[in-house]
Amino acid sequence: MKRLGALFLLFFSLSILTARAQQTDNPESIQIGLSTDHISITADFSGADLTIFGSLENADPLIARQNRYDIVVVLEGPARPIVVRRKNRVLGMWINTQSESFINVPASYSVATTRQYQDITDPGSYRRLSLGAASIYLEPQKRDDPLRISEFTTALRSLMLKTGLYSERPGDVQFLSQNLFRATLTLPPNVPVGTHKARAFLFKNGFFVKETSAQLSIRKSGFEQTLFRLADNHGIFYGFCSVLLAVATGWLGRVIFRKD
Amino acid sequence: MGIYLPIAEMSVNVVVLLFMGAAVGFLSGMFGVGGGFLITPLLIFYNIPPAIAVATGANQVVASSVSGALVHLKRRTIDFKLGTVLMIGGVFGATLGAAAFTFLRSVGQLDLIVSILYVVFLGTVGGLMLVESVNAIRRSRDGAAPALRKPGQHNWILRLPFKMRFRASKLFVSIIPVLGLGAGIGFLSSIMGVGGGFIMVPALIYLLKVPTNVVVGTSLFQMIFVASYTTMVHASTNRTVDVILAFLLMIGGVAGAQYGAKAGQKLRGEQLRALLALLVLAVCLRLALDLFLTPDDIYSLTTFTGA
Repeated sequence: MKRLGALFLLFFSLSILTARAQQTDNPESIQIGLSTDHISITADFSGADLTIFGSLENADPLIARQNRYDIVVVLEGPARPIVVRRKNRVLGMWINTQSESFINVPASYSVATTRQYQDITDPGSYRRLSLGAASIYLEPQKRDDPLRISEFTTALRSLMLKTGLYSERPGDVQFLSQNLFRATLTLPPNVPVGTHKARAFLFKNGFFVKETSAQLSIRKSGFEQTLFRLADNHGIFYGFCSVLLAVATGWLGRVIFRKD
Repeated sequence: MGIYLPIAEMSVNVVVLLFMGAAVGFLSGMFGVGGGFLITPLLIFYNIPPAIAVATGANQVVASSVSGALVHLKRRTIDFKLGTVLMIGGVFGATLGAAAFTFLRSVGQLDLIVSILYVVFLGTVGGLMLVESVNAIRRSRDGAAPALRKPGQHNWILRLPFKMRFRASKLFVSIIPVLGLGAGIGFLSSIMGVGGGFIMVPALIYLLKVPTNVVVGTSLFQMIFVASYTTMVHASTNRTVDVILAFLLMIGGVAGAQYGAKAGQKLRGEQLRALLALLVLAVCLRLALDLFLTPDDIYSLTTFTGA
């Protein structure tokens, strides 16, 4: 499934010829381009790398030569409500006793950066931008107990990283030329379906300059999508079909393997 | 070879699932049980979310009970009237069970209750079977004739009002315990994803004094309908039936059951029961360990798929 990367085409920038004199007037900007607006997941999908190309416009050659431009590319999954539960020992058994609900949690979150986080900008900036698996803002439903919320927020982040739904790839945004860059992100095997948002953040000398985004819809391919839709919208009919299939299989098994 | 399960939203190995279905099918053919009580825990051990394991298990039970009931239909060992009364109770119980399932899932205790129910029922049934079969093996070694069953004394349960005659079973009993038994097993089957044969069969024999020859067929007959109903309810309210997963298990199961039945004919009854008891206890122990041992991660997530 690595060929998915090929789906994402170069976004050509024609700004290379921009005069140096304009640099102070024209601030840098960043663009990313996707060659398709949707990806279909097939039955044998087991995760893939996703490559996004982009360009940096009006770059100051001096700063570029000193490697003081940094780019962070993010693919953010659809927002969903999530409940985090904590088990405690009750009568010797481990039972879910505490829970905290979060609203609008990205169901997946993949980040690629030019360098290690701490080398790009300070933690405060990441928090302000809600950028990175460790800094993304997770909104609790109730905010009565800050200590408890921070405990559950930390647990939520680490669980998401553990299941591979959140991933970080420092160093996987590479400049191909002064203006062109390539970001490699991870699509986990359990990537959620829905509308994903690709975002690119530009930093210059450690300061945030500009952000750009593009949308990408991830769907299940033909048959899987049909089944999923059917189960979701016509549950009774789907259930009826499942039962019919079971009856037919049971009956066929009897006919095929009959001993007498 | 991997395959993506559209409802469980995960990739699984086809070979593992076919093998799992075949192994359980083999055992169910060998011991004459439905196998739902093994499929659901195995799916949970394979990291399928318990809610999906239970609902999909119910779907798989439909296939194995159809397969089994067809054999009994040919041998004329099904009491249709008794089966129908059990089924009416079962559908009622399954409705309650599905509502309880939805509620438990929303408060995050479904996994716990499913595990506890499995530990309690597998532990009890497995323990009783083991004791009974070991005693039987010891008796046959001593050379004594197997104890004759005492003529069924009619206990108070059977003397309740609303009596009905079941000709095929040569019974004249109140329908209250029959409906109650059906409802209780229907309730369990929709929470545990089992057909309930491993509770139904002993209950029919020891509580209702149904003749042994019609017990299994009748139990399988009513199971088809209760499991079908459970599948429909889970599919429409909880959306947790994964038809691809169920189908893989069915294929393996139906094929395995045929070979299991042949293997079963070569073993002696009480040895077979002792083996099954050990197997049941092993699954029970594994589930109990998960309940009592410190988990890898005390935190867990529940996502609500908003489509």
